This record gives sequence, C-alpha cells and structure tokens, in this order.
Amino acid sequence: MRREIPIAICFLVGISFILEYFIPHEDVLSIFETIRQWAIIVIAFAYVLGIANLVRINSHVIQRKGRDWPYKIILVVSLFFMITVGIIFDIFGIRLGGIGEGTIFGWVYFHAQYPLQATMFSLLAFFIASAAFRAFRIRTFQASLLAVTAILVMIGRVPVGESLWADFPDFIEWIMNVPQLAGKRAIMIGAALGAISTALKVLTGLERTYLGGE
Amino acid sequence: MPIISSAELQIQSNNEFFPSNTNVKSNPFFKVLFLFLCFLLIDSPLSFAAEDLSESWFNPNRLNMLIFLILFFAVIIYFIQRAKKGKSLFIRRIAGLDAIEEAVGRATEMGRPVLFVPGIEDVNQIQTVAAMIILGNVAKMVADYDTPLFVPICRPFVVPVAEERVKEGYAAAGRPDAYNRDNVRYISDEQFAYAAGVQGIMLRDRPMANLMFGSFFAESLMLAETGFLTGAIQVAGTANIHQLPFFVVACDYTIIGEELFATSAYLSKEPKLLGSLKGSDLAKAIIIGILALGAILETLGITQFTRWFFIE
Amino acid sequence: MRKILEKLESLDRRIIFIFIGLSIAIPLLFPVYTDFSVTAPVEGFYDAIEELSPGSKVLVSCDYDPGSMPELFPMNVAVFHHLFSRGHKIIVMQLWATGTLLAERAMNEVLQEFPDKRYGEDYVNLGFKEGREVVMVSMGTSIPKTFPTDAQGTKLEEIPLMQGVTNFDDITILMNISGGLPGTKEWVLQVQSRYGVKLGSGCTAVSAPEFYPYVQSGQLVGLLGGMKGAAEYEKLVQRPGTAQRGMDAQSVSHIVVFLFILIGNIAYFSVKGKKKRLKVSR
Repeated sequence: MRREIPIAICFLVGISFILEYFIPHEDVLSIFETIRQWAIIVIAFAYVLGIANLVRINSHVIQRKGRDWPYKIILVVSLFFMITVGIIFDIFGIRLGGIGEGTIFGWVYFHAQYPLQATMFSLLAFFIASAAFRAFRIRTFQASLLAVTAILVMIGRVPVGESLWADFPDFIEWIMNVPQLAGKRAIMIGAALGAISTALKVLTGLERTYLGGE
Repeated sequence: MPIISSAELQIQSNNEFFPSNTNVKSNPFFKVLFLFLCFLLIDSPLSFAAEDLSESWFNPNRLNMLIFLILFFAVIIYFIQRAKKGKSLFIRRIAGLDAIEEAVGRATEMGRPVLFVPGIEDVNQIQTVAAMIILGNVAKMVADYDTPLFVPICRPFVVPVAEERVKEGYAAAGRPDAYNRDNVRYISDEQFAYAAGVQGIMLRDRPMANLMFGSFFAESLMLAETGFLTGAIQVAGTANIHQLPFFVVACDYTIIGEELFATSAYLSKEPKLLGSLKGSDLAKAIIIGILALGAILETLGITQFTRWFFIE
Repeated sequence: MRKILEKLESLDRRIIFIFIGLSIAIPLLFPVYTDFSVTAPVEGFYDAIEELSPGSKVLVSCDYDPGSMPELFPMNVAVFHHLFSRGHKIIVMQLWATGTLLAERAMNEVLQEFPDKRYGEDYVNLGFKEGREVVMVSMGTSIPKTFPTDAQGTKLEEIPLMQGVTNFDDITILMNISGGLPGTKEWVLQVQSRYGVKLGSGCTAVSAPEFYPYVQSGQLVGLLGGMKGAAEYEKLVQRPGTAQRGMDAQSVSHIVVFLFILIGNIAYFSVKGKKKRLKVSR
C-alpha cells in the first residue's frame, strides 16, 4: 500500500483540480480554494523539510569529512544565520532584523548575493560570444540560415542597427512576428501536448518516478 | 548492448496509426471524429454571454476545452490498450537519444565518467520527472559498461528520487554492488551556485559524456560551453524553448521540446508508454488538421469554426 | 597569411573575452546615447497604462532576481514611475523570494520623485508568497485569503488601498516583471486564460521571443523584452535610466560578436579552401 496510496491521492486530487476548471459553482470553488490554502501551507512547510534535508545531506558529508566538507559547514552556518536575522526583528532595540533595506538581511543580500548572482549571470555574455564564434560557421544550409538570422537580429535589435538602416527594427519585428513566432508556437503546442501526456501518465499511475524507491 | 535499434522497432508499411485492415467508414472512432468536425462547423449554440455562473455546475464556455481533453485522454488510453494487446507500434528514430549510448560507450573507452545533469527544477515539475526516467535508463547502461556516473542535483527533494533511480538502474543491470551513493550529489538550490558546482565537476573530473535533460534556464549555456571545452560529447534536452538555441549551438545533439517527454517510451520500449506516445502523436495530427482547416476557412471568411475554439 | 588564418580559426577564447569585456565596459563608462525608435510590443505596454482611468488599481508582480536585474530593474522602476505619474494605485507582490528587496529598492527609488505618495493609500507591498501557480490561482478567488497581511504584517482589511479588492475582478491590469519561472508564461496560463484579466509583461531578452505568440493573440497587452525594451519604455515615459545608458554597450558588444563571427567564417573558409587545394595537388 506504500505506493498505492500516494498514487490514489495523486489521481483523485489531480482529476479534481482538472474538473474544477469546468465547475463554476461557488460551493465547489470554495472547497478548492480551501484546498489551495492548504497547499500553500504545505508548500511553506516543505521549506522546513527542505532545510532538514539540506542539513541532513550536508551533515553526513561533514561527519565523514567528505568532498568539500569545509564549504558544507559554511553553507549550513550561512543558512541558519540568514534565517535568524530574517526572523528576529529587534536586536538591542535597533531594528536590524527582518527583511528590508537597512537590515542585516538586506545588507548581506545586496553585498553578497546580489554581486555574486549578477557576476555569474554576466559570465553568459562571454560564453555567448565564444559559443557564437565557434558555432556560427557556415558549414551547411541550416547553419548558414542560423548564422544569418542571428546576425540580423543581433544588429537589428540595438540602436546601431537602426542607424545603419531606418527600417531595420521593423524588419526584425517581422522576423519575430512571423517565422520566429510560427516556430515557437509549434514547439509550444508540441511541448504542451507532451506535458499533458506525461501528466496523464503520472495521474493514472503509469509513471511512478516521483515516488522514489520502495 | 543497444538500448534500441531500428531493427527492433517494428515498421509497418502503411499508416502506422491504424491497422492495415481498418475500414475508415466502419470504424467508430472516425465516425465520432467526423460528427465532431461537422458540429464545429455549425454556428455553435453554446456562445453564452457573460452571466453569473456561480449557481451553475458546468461552465458551458469551456465545453470546447472539456471535449478536447476527453478526446485527448481517450486517444491515449485507446493506444495504451492496443499496446497492451501486443500490437506493434512504430516510432521514428530520435538521433539524440540514440547518441546517449554512443556517448556512454565513448566514455567507457576513454575510461572517463558520465555526467548526468537533471535540470534545476524540483521533482514536481514534469521535465524533472522526464529527466528521472532517462536517468534510470542511463544508470542501467552505465552499469552494463561499468562506467562511473555522476549526478549533481539542484533541489534536495530530487536527491532521494535520483538515488533510487540510479540504484534501480544498477540493480536492473545485475550490478547493485557497483552503485555508489556519493555519486548522486546535492550541490546547491541556488541556480548559479549549482552551475558553478557542475562546471567544477566538469573541469576536475573531465566526464567524457555530458547528458543534460530537464528544465534549464540561464545556466544552460554555461554548462554546455564548459562541457564543450572539456571535449565531452554532449546530449541535451529541454522543453524550455528559450534555452534550446544555446543547447543547439553548444551541444552535439539536442532533444527538442516534446521529444524529452517521448524519451521514456523510446528508451524503455515499454508498450504502455509507447501507446501513450502514439496517442499524443495522433492528437497532434488532429490539431494540425484543425489548424489547417481553420486557416483555410478563415481565409474564405468562414469564422464559425475558429470561434468554437475560443474560451470565454 | 595561412598561419594567421589558422590561428584565427581556432582563436583563444580569452581574446574574445577581452574584446567583449572592453566593448561593454567602455561604452558604459562613456555613453553616447544613440537614438532609437520604439517597437510595437513596448507601445502596447505603454498604451495599456495610458488608457487606464485615473486611480486604477494595478497589480505589479516583481518576479526576478539580481541576475536579471540589469534588464528588469530599469523596467520595474519605469513601470512604477509611469503608474504614479498617471495617478494610479500600485499593489506590489512577489513570487520570487529574491524579488522582495529588489521591488522595495525600485519603489524607494521612485518614491523620491513622488514624495506625496502614501503607503497604504497609493501603494502597498503584499510581499512574497511561495506556491507559484497555486498562489496565482488562489488570488483569482480571494486575494485577502492568499495574502492575509502585507509584507509588514498589517492585515489587508486595515489597508485603505485594499478595501474592496477581493480578486482579479477588482484589479484593472496586472503587470508582471518576469525573470523566469514562475513568470509571464504562468501568469498567462493560470490567470489571464482563466480569469481574463489584462496582463502586460516585462521579461528578459532571452524569454521575449517565447511570449510573442501571446502578444499576437492578445493575451498580453504589451511586452518589454530585455534591456532594449526597458530602454524604449524609459524613452516613452521620459525617464532616462540605466537601460538607456546600457544601449551603447549592447550595440558595441553586438557588433564585436558579429565581427568575430565574420572573422571566424573567413578563416574557416580560407583554411578549408587551402586544405582542398592541397588535397587536389597531391
């Protein structure tokens, strides 16, 4: 029953929420609204589970002095530090806790997370350039189509493209609104159907990967 | 041992969706489909104006969606039933999925590990579910070849699922002793911290095969470029359309959109999964037909047909 | 010459990185502010706000993180500026935990230009709620039940701006600043298609092509795509910001990438041609 009960719950809840889309009766909607509130609460508690899981996984590594174990200590200490300063509002009468600009949490956010995350994202500019240099070689017809379109959109989407040709932005908008849109729409419809099919397999219990092992 | 080869895929000479002895006129499925299309062409009596539906048990403005869902589910279930009865079902080759085995084989020859990256989303996302299915098949393959498999994970909840899939893969290959729990590693919840961690694995451990399947975002190009630098064979698949171009330029093979969801059927050859794949393919064919018909009718000024597909 | 071409064909990435770095840094430090026109999706976004009757309640969902800040923070600021300048009321929320402080910073920046705006009367911050699509759909039934208090812990019934706001029917338009998942696509799928609320989107440049189908079908009233979209919007609301400043850097860096692609192809074909001729001569 260890697998059958979760599959049954998955099926019943899944089908219910599909049917909810078609039933406008306010009594039914209020039931589903209550269930959604439960879901929001459960998701919030999932953070507790997630933290527990994180601490469990990393404490095992720390105990065994496994790979990168000093970084795991920093991870766990940082986690609890940020939780603490985010929750405690006043420290010796000064509002340093809580989440906002001017708090410790905000200071760490803007001086640690913000520059770190922005830096990592910025690496993409360099990676794109090196990938473009390597990949946009006109070896085949498809590759040449890719290269030419990419160059046109790259130049047309920036002010210098408009300086070269006043109608460049309109031409690029045509590319975005016609061939690009058609291709995107086709992939979206296909991916959506694939997702519905996979979801149906999950609902009916044909797909049980999410349950983990025995 | 090949996962799947074209010789094993049964090829039917005519239309693979239906048996060669199908009489279209007498087949009840076609009768229902024909009546449905006729109904769509008639000016729908179901065009309700906005009204208070709070006492109603059914929203008639969404009837079209309900009919589509029922038809879609019916088609999938129909093909699953056919598959269960032992009917052979053909699916085309997907080069990227065939390349997985090639990549693993190459890694084995070079004595280097295989890296499997299951995306950065949680286990409740459908792409991660698809990635876990592929992971199980890849784990079975690497167990056969006795090649190390590294699986860096972004979300804590995915770790036990991934561990079980890898363990099952090794057990299915008859090598449960070869399973190393440490190779399924939680890195970080944070997107770029995870990307940095995976890049570190790529640069230090130098996997020969990088298999990236699941939901990816901005880190996709970073991972693919770094993998390229190490000389690895890279096969990637995602349904996140905005990341596909990066995978296409940086990887050797790319699985596009719905092919990711077809992978479970393709790799496992399980009849039920093949049947659901055929079912969704037929639904897609019907949608294509409706799109073409709608475009022609709209061009001719007949709008009743397309109006039926609007949701109020 | 052949050796130069062969070296160019397999150019060290670090040289490319140096050029890209310089092409971005120098224009950022010394911007020229090249002029540009405004595209239709951005005009649609702008017109949607212009057409609102004064005092309209607008929900702005700030769903992004520091990684996408260069593209999205300027449009976030410009949206707040536009809404306040037209006398509308702003209800801010976040579905990304990392968006809370960024939304607060954007609001603080704009409030310096509108010191008369009062919290609770002209704007309110509902804060972050985890749950992604569940939160979106739940708001369609009841916003007060989904957000019982604002970000500071004040009950919604005590906030004047939230009086009479039950669900999306009481919101004139929803503006989403989206850095990924959950974002514009989820708002379209779960909210716009289900409740019919007007929806505008500001997103990263890489995501923008994916949302063009929604603009064409009318599910999105407008779209700000990336830093260019933010710059165009800043131009329309006449509030120059970091997006306009970044346009020159984007222009120069795109040209540099184009030149590298050109060099790579010239070198590739030259080396390929030479190899062919060598083969034939043997």
